[in-house]
Amino acid sequence: MGRIVLDQVSKSFGDVEVIPPLNLTIEDGEFAVFVGPSGCGKSTLLRMIAGLEELTSGSIAIDDQDVTAVPPSKRGLAMVFQSYALYPHMTVRKNIGFPLRMEKMPQAEIDKRVEAAALSLNLTDYLDRKPGQLSGGQRQRVAIGRAIVRDPSAFLFDEPLSNLDAALRVGMRLEISEMHERMKTTMIYVTHDQVEAMTMANKIVVLQAGVIEQIGSPLDLYHKPQNVFVAGFIGSPKMNIFSGPEAEKFGAHTIGIRPEHTDVSMTSGTWIGRVGVAEHLGSDTFIHVHDTGLAGMITVRITGDVSVKHGDTIYLTPQAEQIHKFDAAGMRIE
Amino acid sequence: MAIVAQSSKVSRYGRPVLAWGVGLLFFFPIFWMVLTSFKTDADAVKPEHLIFFTPTLENYLNMTENYDYWRFARNSVITAVSATIFTLFVSIPAAYAMAFNPSRHTKDVLMWMLSTKMLPAAAVLYPMIFLAKGIGLYDTHILVITVLSLINLPIAVWMLFTYFKEIPKDIIEAGKMDGVNTWGEIKEILIPLAWGGIASTALLVFIFCWNEAYWTVRLTTIDAATLSKLIEGNRAPEGLFFGRLSAVSTAAVGPIVVLGWFCQKQLVQGLTFGAVK
Ligand SMILES: Nc1ncnc2c1ncn2[C@@H]1O[C@H](COP(=O)(O)OP(=O)(O)O)[C@@H](O)[C@H]1O
Ligand SMILES: [Mg+2]
Repeated sequence: MGRIVLDQVSKSFGDVEVIPPLNLTIEDGEFAVFVGPSGCGKSTLLRMIAGLEELTSGSIAIDDQDVTAVPPSKRGLAMVFQSYALYPHMTVRKNIGFPLRMEKMPQAEIDKRVEAAALSLNLTDYLDRKPGQLSGGQRQRVAIGRAIVRDPSAFLFDEPLSNLDAALRVGMRLEISEMHERMKTTMIYVTHDQVEAMTMANKIVVLQAGVIEQIGSPLDLYHKPQNVFVAGFIGSPKMNIFSGPEAEKFGAHTIGIRPEHTDVSMTSGTWIGRVGVAEHLGSDTFIHVHDTGLAGMITVRITGDVSVKHGDTIYLTPQAEQIHKFDAAGMRIE
Repeated sequence: MAIVAQSSKVSRYGRPVLAWGVGLLFFFPIFWMVLTSFKTDADAVKPEHLIFFTPTLENYLNMTENYDYWRFARNSVITAVSATIFTLFVSIPAAYAMAFNPSRHTKDVLMWMLSTKMLPAAAVLYPMIFLAKGIGLYDTHILVITVLSLINLPIAVWMLFTYFKEIPKDIIEAGKMDGVNTWGEIKEILIPLAWGGIASTALLVFIFCWNEAYWTVRLTTIDAATLSKLIEGNRAPEGLFFGRLSAVSTAAVGPIVVLGWFCQKQLVQGLTFGAVK
């Protein structure tokens, strides 16, 4: 079990309020991702759940037990840190078994669990090494191993993949997702990378300056961003967002259209512009269009390869039903 | 080019020469002391016997026969070892708290601790003596151990604080998440990780305790008197018993010099606060 409820939780460092009071519920078995730009308070929120940071006000409950005043060691949560935070003086075996030893579990049972965790994480050959003798990816696995051996009621991850190179990151992302499918344990995962958020989460919590901008499934956020911030933050390449007379034609202060929802033509369309850079990825082509009079640059995404070159005149037509409309306060208009 | 060559020449020969010069300058009094300890009291004050003399062990033999060197040595060991242990016992948790759970006033507390070292010891001499006599602890091991610990606590806390600061906070927090309580954090994580720094601190505190003279001389008479007191007791008017005094001094500093020699690396690390890796 691992249902986590935050009630009017806030945090100030000195006089600086980094998280104004917020409410949030994470259901048992959910994979929740906190995503937002760096410095928005994701880690602080996670650390408050972990018990590593005191609350300035409000309360936290895990499975209906108020844990606000409970120390981290008694909350039954496991955490994976960005820096891995392995114990450098212990072997991999000792590292993974450490939480069990602290629980005073019999040594035979510890050995069994450590071996099983090592097997599932491909660490069997490294059990007798020290963390200093492992690669970044292996250290990350050890950190995960140390978290899974003791069946916590929830896992907390603070940007666990950001020190890994791109290829490893994609692999580990999948492994963590599979781990969640298999164990069905609550996971809270912090990242600034919206791709990680979209690919891994059941529930995404978008934060900005300590405020929850929107909570929803990945596709909720993609199809119905509640405000301009979420619209611009979720999706890659970023949504084109602009205000002005062209937006007013659609009855909105600001409108947004995703790159993949804009049709292009060399002969006719709603908007006209000039090709700047075209990025050919093979499967897709991103065309950056200038001089449309709408915004500094409009990005469009075309499936497959198209031959356009720098300076070409190009016509753009937004798919009408895919246009997102926002009012002057930046909130979504249906 | 020429300048580079020249400066490297200077650093190639100049620095070792300078280092040896300074080293010898510091070493000379010790050398002289050891040398004098093998002279008779009569020879010790004669310039013509400065270097050439007939060596004798008389001073050392007298020392163990007449002054009970071993009793003073035992007191030195008891007080220095106990004070070192007690100092670590208090300073490790203190430095741990300040390094990993700092408050807004941690820096002030550290500065205040250091500032106690700026107080002239003489200023509290009489209060200390009256207090010691008043509670009946004058000339006891307990008193000497307490005073030595109090003197060394600030430096021990400072040193340990600097070492603990180098341990990533994440590792301690990982320990908390893994179910460790405060004592466990210290025992399972902090001490193994800061072992080198703790050893350096212990060694330095031990040396300071061993060498301490101001208080040990004034707060003891016989029962708890240390080697410092023995040296002090052999002090005599100008020129008398120089050989004897040198032998006592040599026997008093001997153990610590040997210890220091074997632990050079730890000591350098300790004195530079871990700046030299
Ligand atoms: N211990 C602290 N003392 C003071 N300010 C802090 C502390 N920890 C974090 N902050 C501030 O709180 C804000 C949120 O930090 P953090 O939660 O680490 O952001 P994120 O993880 O989203 O990048 C930042 O502005 C950061 O500077
Ligand atoms: Mg962070």
